[in-house]
Amino acid sequence: MSELQAEGAVATPAEPSYLKIEGLWKAFGDFIALREVSLDIARGEFICFLGPSGCGKTTLLRAIAGLDPQSRGTIRQGGRDISELPASQRDYGIVFQSYALFPNLTVERNIAFGLENTKRPKAEIAARVRELLALVGLPDQAKKYPAQLSGGQQQRIALARAIAINPGLLLLDEPLSALDAKVRVHLRHEIKELQRKLGVTTIMVTHDQEEALSMADRIVVMNHGVIEQIGTPTEIYRHPATLFVADFIGETNRIATTYSGGAVKLGDATLQTRETGLADGAAVTVAVRPEDVLPHAIGHEAGTKPNHLPVRIVDMEFLGSYWRTHLASAALGGTPLVANFSMNAVRRLGLSAGAEMTVELPAERVLVFPQGDTRGGAHG
Amino acid sequence: MAEAAALPAGRTTRLKIDSDGWIKRAFMGVIALYLVAALALPLYAMLSKSFVTYGFDLSRYEFQVSDESGTVWGDPVTAAALNEALGKFAPEDLRSSSDGRLSAPDLFPDFSFRSPVKYRIRGTSDNAPYLVGLDLQNSTEWRELDSNTFRRVNLRPVTTTGLQNYQEYFSNPVLFSSIENSLFIASVSTVLTVLFAFGFAYAINRSCMPFKGAFRLIAMMPILVPSLLPGIALIYMFGNQGFLKGLLFGQTIYGPLGIVIGSVFFTFPHALIIISTALSISDQRQYEAAESLRASKWRTFWTVTIPGARYGLISAAFVTFTLVITDFGLPKVIGGQYNVLAIDIYKQVIGQQNFEMGAVVSVVLLIPAIVAFIVDRQVQKKQVSLLSARSVPYQPKPNRRFDMTMLAWCATMGVFIAGIIAVCQFAALINYWPYDLSFSLRNYDFNRMDGGGWAAYWNSLELAALTAVIGTAIIFTGAYMVEKIDGFKTGRAVFQFLAMLPMAIPGMVLGLAYIFFFNNPANPFHFIYGTMAILVVSTVTHFYTVGHLTALTALKQIDAEFEPVATSLRQPFWRLFARVTVPVCLPAILDISIYMFVNAMTTVSAVVFLYSTHTALASVAVLNMDDAGDIAPAAAMGMMIFYTNATARILHAFASRRILSRTQAWRVR
Repeated sequence: MSELQAEGAVATPAEPSYLKIEGLWKAFGDFIALREVSLDIARGEFICFLGPSGCGKTTLLRAIAGLDPQSRGTIRQGGRDISELPASQRDYGIVFQSYALFPNLTVERNIAFGLENTKRPKAEIAARVRELLALVGLPDQAKKYPAQLSGGQQQRIALARAIAINPGLLLLDEPLSALDAKVRVHLRHEIKELQRKLGVTTIMVTHDQEEALSMADRIVVMNHGVIEQIGTPTEIYRHPATLFVADFIGETNRIATTYSGGAVKLGDATLQTRETGLADGAAVTVAVRPEDVLPHAIGHEAGTKPNHLPVRIVDMEFLGSYWRTHLASAALGGTPLVANFSMNAVRRLGLSAGAEMTVELPAERVLVFPQGDTRGGAHG
Repeated sequence: MAEAAALPAGRTTRLKIDSDGWIKRAFMGVIALYLVAALALPLYAMLSKSFVTYGFDLSRYEFQVSDESGTVWGDPVTAAALNEALGKFAPEDLRSSSDGRLSAPDLFPDFSFRSPVKYRIRGTSDNAPYLVGLDLQNSTEWRELDSNTFRRVNLRPVTTTGLQNYQEYFSNPVLFSSIENSLFIASVSTVLTVLFAFGFAYAINRSCMPFKGAFRLIAMMPILVPSLLPGIALIYMFGNQGFLKGLLFGQTIYGPLGIVIGSVFFTFPHALIIISTALSISDQRQYEAAESLRASKWRTFWTVTIPGARYGLISAAFVTFTLVITDFGLPKVIGGQYNVLAIDIYKQVIGQQNFEMGAVVSVVLLIPAIVAFIVDRQVQKKQVSLLSARSVPYQPKPNRRFDMTMLAWCATMGVFIAGIIAVCQFAALINYWPYDLSFSLRNYDFNRMDGGGWAAYWNSLELAALTAVIGTAIIFTGAYMVEKIDGFKTGRAVFQFLAMLPMAIPGMVLGLAYIFFFNNPANPFHFIYGTMAILVVSTVTHFYTVGHLTALTALKQIDAEFEPVATSLRQPFWRLFARVTVPVCLPAILDISIYMFVNAMTTVSAVVFLYSTHTALASVAVLNMDDAGDIAPAAAMGMMIFYTNATARILHAFASRRILSRTQAWRVR
């Protein structure tokens, strides 16, 4: 639990929030894209809006940018109410998935686009462009046209152009989605570094959970226009507030059962769970992540210890760093259980398909969510 | 929680409009106003005119007649009662036009302007106009006149609105037969043109025949000349003194035959472009599949080729149909006694000065044009969705017999098209056909003929240049506003509708609508009537839609996120427009301007009602010289248009290439 406390320190911003969103609604005709979204973002934070397509994350970003105004609610940035300000009077830089680089201008003219027309001397602009090119690691590409650069390079130029004017807020709309996997992982790291160096408050929209987990200070998980949970990556992963969050971020085994006195019954076996505050007899869904199914021993140690289950290995799939293992258990009835066993564990215990074994589901890793409601949950 | 459906009560947030927003709205407002003034209002004026009839309403006037002493008055009597007693005017005599006059003394058989008898006249309703000499009166007060003055009293017609004009039109068998003729001509020409163009396009896209480039070039030639030029060539070939007259076996070229042949000539490139596009997007893989299923060539043709090109074929058919049915130049030159709708408008307006009936025929002509337009738009939408599919382009394989057949077909069409142009050139250079076949430039001495002389040519050049520059600027800016402005949805939809409308409006109809609208002294824009300005406005409007669509297509290919990015960089939209949008769209902008130029040089239909003695045009001069019997000079003037347009196109090609290589370096990797 010490882990949790450390996270808690970051989770609630200490200083008054830089971007404060209150009671935001957005309707497209009859369709409600955002419902009562409220959010505080601290200065210098890196926030990810994460969710499946159509969850409202891009709508929220566009409302913040003033591109598609919200229907109700207020947005304050740096203490200023910007709810009704047109995009041109807000203070942000933006990077889109398509890069949106001006194809007929060279890299340096693209970056200088927001600097020209501002009475700055030419030499100063040129120096700033050089500085930015160095910052994004492309110092020798100034004279090229965007079409002559790779996707990753183009996205870095788009980033340089967006931060050229020193915006108070940096908005990234799925900036990495158009890139191939290797480049994406590399650029992830670079963007994060750059953001840390500049200290610019940043909001990134993504549907890629890995991206969000690896880059964000805090993640805002959204679904159906509602914020499901706000928290640090580990918080979101370890303590999902809802079944949706548990499911969307990482994988889960889900088992329907009833709750009673800090435990659930799975067939003959009893599983101790986290403290839930649920009433006895409540219908619940139990969720356990595959990596939280711990291999205990070969053979059955029938029902002696709590949270230990006798299982049979149905099938094993080798996935490089671990074995994805399908387990069957009399205790679970027909419900299969998926576990990720490390190479070491498999070797140590000599596991193979068809073997009987015992697994442990540690109580603090057994997530319990009331059924029929995606809200509330394990430590709600 | 998730079920809470509706928005909470309150005001919907609206962003304040920044200076950029105001400028954009102002721009769009100006261009929308242009379209309203240059298109919507004239059309409305024409439509309402078609429902107006003029007639004398005798029940509105009362007379009193004195005795010889001029002091004792008889009972008041209405003009209607007088006429009934006399049986002087039948009901059809009471129909009139806007400047009709009915002499009041005609209602009094005993009238003599020397007698001492006095007359009184008054209106019995608010609107009972009559003239005393030249003074227009309209009053219910009695007015007393001596007989010498009463001699000069004329009743004026009053207007009524209703369907009488249409009734009259449809009960007139001569006018009504024009509908039949127009439909017949347009249908036959459409079938032939689409068939011929399909063969040609098929050869270019699906065979390995040689000289494809040359054939493409030849096929585009008809676009560069006025539609009436093939008429002149056909007269030289098959007319009364034609050198190929024998080939007709006694048939006459003056009439449907000539119109159809000429129509095939001038609509051919339009149909070819559309069908060729449709054939060029077909998928190689479908043919490979057909081959692997051992389908015969014939079966593949009907199950793969034709369905794939069907939207193109339908679209080409409707475009051709509209072009033919709304064309005026060709039937004027070679139609002889064969009446079609477009000619009727011209005859009613120019010949009989019956503007109301001209308006009725215009409305009738609008119907097929609008139907064709709507069908074409629907089909075009489907075509676009076909285009966006990723496919492997078809690669024809050499097949000697097939390639030679295709070559023969293209050669035939090529000889037909180039032949028509060559005959015109020949006609222009011959001294005096058919008696003196020596060459001379006599026919180019336009100042000796009626029709406007060389001034007409220079006017045309001025018109074309102005139309190209002003039209392109208006069209591109307008398209930008429709495509890239945010919010303001209703305004944009209305604008888009107005921009699409000109395509459905035949030139004759537009020209006539302009007369009604701009020739009205009460119109604040009346001053442009009879100037170069009205010619520019009408030509820009007439050809607005194609330019608009070209601009839209180019703009749609530009990333929609440029505007938000520029805004976030706190740059005004016009800076993005000037630095990025226009340079990126330059090829399309050049295409629009050459299109406007070429069409301004060749158009006859809209401007034929609008030119004045100072603004005679080359294309109209061709028409007028032909009308006056100066056929050779007409051909020469037609060839002047051809040279000009060909030069413009070549310059355009050079300019495009230069500009592309200089400013579009970014296009090559």
